[in-house]
Amino acid sequence: MKKKINIKNRIFKVIIYSTLILISLTCVLPIINLLAVSFSDKSSSVAGLVGFWPINFTLASYKYIINQPAFWNAMNWTVGRVILGGGINLLLTVLTAFPLSKQTSEFKHRTLFAWFMFVTTIISGGLIPYYILIQTMGINNTIWALVLPSALPVFNVIILLNFFRQIPKELSEAAYIDGAGHNTILFKIFLPISMPALATITLFSIVGHWNSWFDAMIYMDNPVNYPLATYLHSIIVNNDTTALKSIQEMAFVSEKTTKAAQIFVAMVPILIVYPFLQKYFVKGMIIGSVKG
Amino acid sequence: MLINKTKKINNLSLYIMLLPATIVLIIFAYLPLMGIVIAFQDFIPARGFFGIQKWVGLDNFKYIFTMPDTMQVIFNTVYIASFKLFFGLILAVAIAILLNEIRNKTFKKTIQTIIYMPHFLSWVLLSGIFIELLSPSTGLINKFIELFGFKPIFFLGDKHWFPITMIITDIWKELGFATIIYLAAITSIDTQLYEAATVDGAGKWKQIWHVTLPGMRMIIVLMSLLSIGNVLNAGFDQIVNMYNAQVYETGDILDTLVYRLGLIDGQFSAATAVGLFKSGVSAVLIGTFYYLSYKFADYRIF
Repeated sequence: MKKKINIKNRIFKVIIYSTLILISLTCVLPIINLLAVSFSDKSSSVAGLVGFWPINFTLASYKYIINQPAFWNAMNWTVGRVILGGGINLLLTVLTAFPLSKQTSEFKHRTLFAWFMFVTTIISGGLIPYYILIQTMGINNTIWALVLPSALPVFNVIILLNFFRQIPKELSEAAYIDGAGHNTILFKIFLPISMPALATITLFSIVGHWNSWFDAMIYMDNPVNYPLATYLHSIIVNNDTTALKSIQEMAFVSEKTTKAAQIFVAMVPILIVYPFLQKYFVKGMIIGSVKG
Repeated sequence: MLINKTKKINNLSLYIMLLPATIVLIIFAYLPLMGIVIAFQDFIPARGFFGIQKWVGLDNFKYIFTMPDTMQVIFNTVYIASFKLFFGLILAVAIAILLNEIRNKTFKKTIQTIIYMPHFLSWVLLSGIFIELLSPSTGLINKFIELFGFKPIFFLGDKHWFPITMIITDIWKELGFATIIYLAAITSIDTQLYEAATVDGAGKWKQIWHVTLPGMRMIIVLMSLLSIGNVLNAGFDQIVNMYNAQVYETGDILDTLVYRLGLIDGQFSAATAVGLFKSGVSAVLIGTFYYLSYKFADYRIF
């Protein structure tokens, strides 16, 4: 009897490990293929011969990107919106989550404000009123069109306010008795011990800004103002190859290899950052989405 | 006594803290919400957001529901979204159960890191990858299919395959990240239940069936209820980056229709009407199912 269960459990183990490894491979192999294509020469990549190792290794595609002003310009826009947008997101999230984390007995209007914020996640006016509003305000073609509409990520507020609520009352009560105001409590006591939650929401908002493409596409009339994601959208989806002008350059690189190289470069920052914050965002997700 | 002391604190600074967020939401959430009146007007863009427009009542709604494609688009949206939600949930639960069985911590963490990755990558980048991988002539996936003697499939150009491809690739993208919540639910199951089951001679399968799954019942019900509000969100970012005129018939969804109708064809009022239809139905669904989850699972958002 015991032996039978042991064999069964061993088969079970094999099935588990192989399933999980297989799923992980579906995540890793496309990236390896992308990388291999980006390091391969023109003819073998266009013919679709490249698998998971470069054929006729060359750095031509990366050299091409480095000399591509449009790519750097787009990168500048992205870094700009990540810093400005991420900063605004963080500031507003902190300032909003703190009052909302109070009990109704401490802050009478907290539920009113909470509903005021939450309703905006349930119902929206849709794309068109948004678009017309931005045009009417005249902030299209500026970075404000990319950072202001999403200035308050309500989902992040929910994560942070639930984190704040788990902070033991004794910590703040002692300080309140000593005469500290809300500002001191928030910045001197709450924030220093909320680093995991702050790391989580910062990761989410940075990734959000890094990946956003649609807003710039509709609000920026001139592609010169496109951030990286929008720039890549225009070369990947619209096949806008006007950027590849020089025939001399085209002898060594192809649309396919340069696309692969640009996609990879755009991924790198995210691939580097998120594993380090894994412990935090896992915790943040749990607190934020299923609070008992 | 302590509470009495805290009550005396001046709450003015709390209101000041809420001021920026309130302003931002009034301008960028509530103003656009009022903009839904565009759906009842014959909107002329030159007069602007606050300009005086001609009122046409429900004409725009009559127009969009007499358009031949609208019903098909609603069907596509619900079809793609519900398959994503349904299979996405089942697979995430399954993978979470498998992950929980792994005792080797390093292996477990490595697998988790890898399967969380696609969640953080945008559809712009992923569509760039998938368009190449799924190409019928040079794509690796079709080469793999050909190895087994099958004909290559035009995943993104065949109207039968397109929605299926959207469903599978989206589930693939979000699968790993979705396991986080289920895995947390499993870890909170009382380990004594497993010990008892082992004493009773239950193998791994039986333990999963009689201990793990019943222990996850609550979270599964809750996540299903909350996901129903997304039944009209078929994934704009994904589809707009991968579709093309060949597959509009089965791949066009409400959000892409709003975009093309409004921002490409310039029919602002009709597009707003489609958008209002979508957000109205979604809001009713979300409201209902949040209420149900509050009632039956005691779920609170804040």
